[in-house]
Amino acid sequence: MLADSVTMSRALTSLTLGFHIIFATIGVGVPLMISIAEFIGIKKGDPHYILLARRWTRGFVITVAIGVVTGTAIGLQLSLLWPSFMQIAGNVISLPLFMETFAFFFEAIFLGAYLYTWDRFSKPIYHWLLSIPVIIGSTMSAVFITTVNAFMNAPQGFELNGRTITSIDPIAAILNPAAPAKIFHVVSSAYLASAAILAAITAFNIIKKKSNPYYKKALKLSMSATLIFALLTAIAGDVSAKYLAEHQPEKLASYEWHFDTETGADLILFGTLNDQNEVENAIRLPKFLSFLSFGDFNSEVTGLEEFDEALLPPLWIHYLFDGMVILGMYALGISMLYLIFLRIRKWNEENKLLLWLIVLNGPLAMIAIEFGWILAEVGRQPWILRGYMKVAEAATTSPHVGWMFFLFLALYIALGVIGVSVLRKLFRNNPVELELEQRYPHIPKKDDFS
Amino acid sequence: MSYEMTGIIVLWLFLYGYLIVASVDFGAGFFAYYAKQTKKDHLINQLISRYLSPVWEVTNVFFVFFFVGLIGFFPDTAYYYGQTLLIPGSIAIVLIAIRGSFYAFENYGSKRSNVYMFLYGATGLLIPAALSTALTISEGGFIQEINGDVRLLTGELITSPYSWSVVLLAIVSVLYISSSFLAFYANRANDGQALGLVRKYALFWSFPTIIASLTTFIALSQHNMEHFQNMIDLWWVFGLSVGCFSIAMWLIYQGKRYGLAFVFVMFQFFFAFFGYGAGHMPYLLYPYVTVHQGAAHEAMGLALVIAFILGLLLLIPSLFMLMKMFLFDADYVKGKK
Repeated sequence: MLADSVTMSRALTSLTLGFHIIFATIGVGVPLMISIAEFIGIKKGDPHYILLARRWTRGFVITVAIGVVTGTAIGLQLSLLWPSFMQIAGNVISLPLFMETFAFFFEAIFLGAYLYTWDRFSKPIYHWLLSIPVIIGSTMSAVFITTVNAFMNAPQGFELNGRTITSIDPIAAILNPAAPAKIFHVVSSAYLASAAILAAITAFNIIKKKSNPYYKKALKLSMSATLIFALLTAIAGDVSAKYLAEHQPEKLASYEWHFDTETGADLILFGTLNDQNEVENAIRLPKFLSFLSFGDFNSEVTGLEEFDEALLPPLWIHYLFDGMVILGMYALGISMLYLIFLRIRKWNEENKLLLWLIVLNGPLAMIAIEFGWILAEVGRQPWILRGYMKVAEAATTSPHVGWMFFLFLALYIALGVIGVSVLRKLFRNNPVELELEQRYPHIPKKDDFS
Repeated sequence: MSYEMTGIIVLWLFLYGYLIVASVDFGAGFFAYYAKQTKKDHLINQLISRYLSPVWEVTNVFFVFFFVGLIGFFPDTAYYYGQTLLIPGSIAIVLIAIRGSFYAFENYGSKRSNVYMFLYGATGLLIPAALSTALTISEGGFIQEINGDVRLLTGELITSPYSWSVVLLAIVSVLYISSSFLAFYANRANDGQALGLVRKYALFWSFPTIIASLTTFIALSQHNMEHFQNMIDLWWVFGLSVGCFSIAMWLIYQGKRYGLAFVFVMFQFFFAFFGYGAGHMPYLLYPYVTVHQGAAHEAMGLALVIAFILGLLLLIPSLFMLMKMFLFDADYVKGKK
C-alpha cells in the first residue's frame, strides 16, 4: 500500500528516530543537570538545589521511559526495515551496538537505585555518587550509538565483494574518521538542549506564578549551563564542518549550495535556486565557507560540480543547515544576554520579554536537534553506507511497511500526548511552593537576595 | 570451544534470563488485573508494585541484549528474521512500548486507572505470544526464499497447530513462573493473605504448563522431525526438568521453602530451555542459517566476547547492589522503606 517499501521504510525510520531523539537527547543531558544541582545543593547546604534535583529527576523518569521504549523500537526496526544493511552492520559495527546496550544497562541499574534512595544514606554525598554512573551510562550510550552513525558516513574496517565481507577490523570501524566530530557534536548539543529545556520550564513558571529564590537559582544554574554548552556546541559544529570539508566534501557542498570549486568561497545564507541552479536572494558572507572548511579564508573548497549528480543528496537540506546554525546562535545569544542582565544590578533579569525569549529557546533547541539529525541523515543520501550500499538496496521487501507506519504513528501520538499530560499532572498536583513548605518549613520563602 | 558456540550459549543464557524476569513481570500484570476484577486487588497489588518498580527497565534490557547480541554474533539472522518478522516484531514493539511507558506513567505519575490495569494485564499475555512467533519461525516451514527474496508464509503460520501450541505454552508458562515467584516474594514480605492467593495461582497454573509442554512436544514431531528426534535423544534433560517441576510443586503444595521452590521452577525452565536449544543446533533458522555458516567473522566474534566479559565485570556488581537494595532488603520488601 501507499508508496513502495523503500520509501515507507525511510518514512517509518524517520518517524521513529524523530520521536526517539527528543527523549534520547533529554536522556543524555538531564542526568548531568540533575547531578550538578544535587552537588551544589550538598556543597552549599542549600535545600533549594536538592529539591531542584529531586523535581528534575521526577520528570526525567517519565521521559526516560519513553526513551527506553522508543529506543527498543528503533533497535528492532533497524533489522526489520533494513535487513540487508544490518547483515553488513552486524558483521562490522555490532560491537558498539552491543556496548551501547551495556552502557544503557549500567545506567538503568543506577537510575533505579538513584530514584529510590534519596533519604536512605547517612551522608547525602553517597546518594550523589549514584548519579555519576547514570551520567557515564547515558553519555556513553550516546557515544557508542554515534560511532555507528559515523560509520555509516565514513565506513572502514572491512572489505566488501558482492555480499561477502572480509578483512573485518571492529576497532577500525569504531574509530572511523567521522566519529570524533560527530560524538562531540551529538553530546554537546544534547547537553545544550537539555539545559535549554530546563531553563525554559523554569522561566515559564516564573512568568505564570511569582518568582521565588528556588526559581531564581534554577534559572541561573540552567542558563549558565546553556551558555557553556552552547559554546561547546559551536566549537563542535566547527569541528564537524572541518571534518566534512576533508572527508565528505559532497555533503558539505550540498549543505552550503557550493556549486563551483573555488578558493575564497563565500558562505551562503538562505536564498533560493533558479532553473539553472544559480543562487539568488541569498546573504553572502565573503570567503567564510573557506574559513569554515579549513580555517583559512583563501583555501579551496570542492564544489558540487565535481560529483556525480546521482550520488548527491537533495539540496533543500541547505535550509536545515542554516536553521540549525541560527538556532544554536540563538541559544548562545540568549544565555549571554540573561547573564549580562544578571550581572548588572540595575537590570532586571526577570523581565517578561527576556523570560519569554528563554521559554522560546527550549523548543527551539530541540528543533535544532531535529534539524541536525535530518541534515545528517538526508545529507548522506543516496547512501546508507557511504560508498558501499544505497538506501534503496538495504530496505526490506516486505509489502506491509505502510501499515506499520500508521501503527507506529498512532503509538507515538499516544505516547507523546499521554506523556505530556502525565508530566503536567505530576507537577501541577505538587507545586514547588507546596513541596518546599512540606519538606523544608524553616527556610525563608521571600526573596532574600541582597 | 569455538567462539560461535560461546556466542550462542551466552545469547541463550540471556534469552533464558529474559524468559524468567519478563515472565515474572508479565504474569504479575495479568494477576494484578485479575485481582482487581475479582475485588482481591487489596491483597496483592501492593506487593506486585513494590517488586516491579525498580526492575522494569532491567527486564527490557535483557531482551535488547539478546537481539543486539544475536545480530552481532550471527549477522545473517538480521537478514532472515528482519525480512520475515516485520509484522509480529512491530506488534511486539508496540505492546512493549505501551506496557513500559504506561507502567512508568502510572507508577511515577498518577494513580491507577482501569484502562491502565487492563493494558497492563493484556500486554502481559500478548507480548509473550507475539515474541514466541520468532521461535516458531525458527523451526522452518514458515519461510520461503525465492531468488534471494525472503518471505513469511503468514497463512501457514496462522493455521499451524505447532504455532498455536507454542503461543499457549508461552502464556501458561508466564503465569506459572510469575505466580511461583510472587509466592516467594509474599512469603518473604510476611504477607499471609497475599501468599494464600498467589500460592493458589501457582498450583492452578502448574498443570496447564506441563500439559502445554507435552502438546508442544507432540506438535513439534509433526512439524520438524529432525528437531524432535534431537530432543528425544536428550530425553534426560527433559526428565530433569520434570523432576524439578515435581519438587517445586511439592514444596509449594506443602507451603514451605518458597524460595527453594522458585529456584526449582527456574531449573525446570533452564533444563527445558537448554534441551530445546541444544536440539535446535546447529540451526538458528531451519534450514537457512546455522551457527557455523551464519556466524560473524572471528575478529568480531572475539571482540564481542571480550566486550561481553568486560561488560559483565561491570554489571554483575551493579546488579548485585540493586538486588541487595530492593529484592533482598527485608525492610524494603516488607514495605518499610
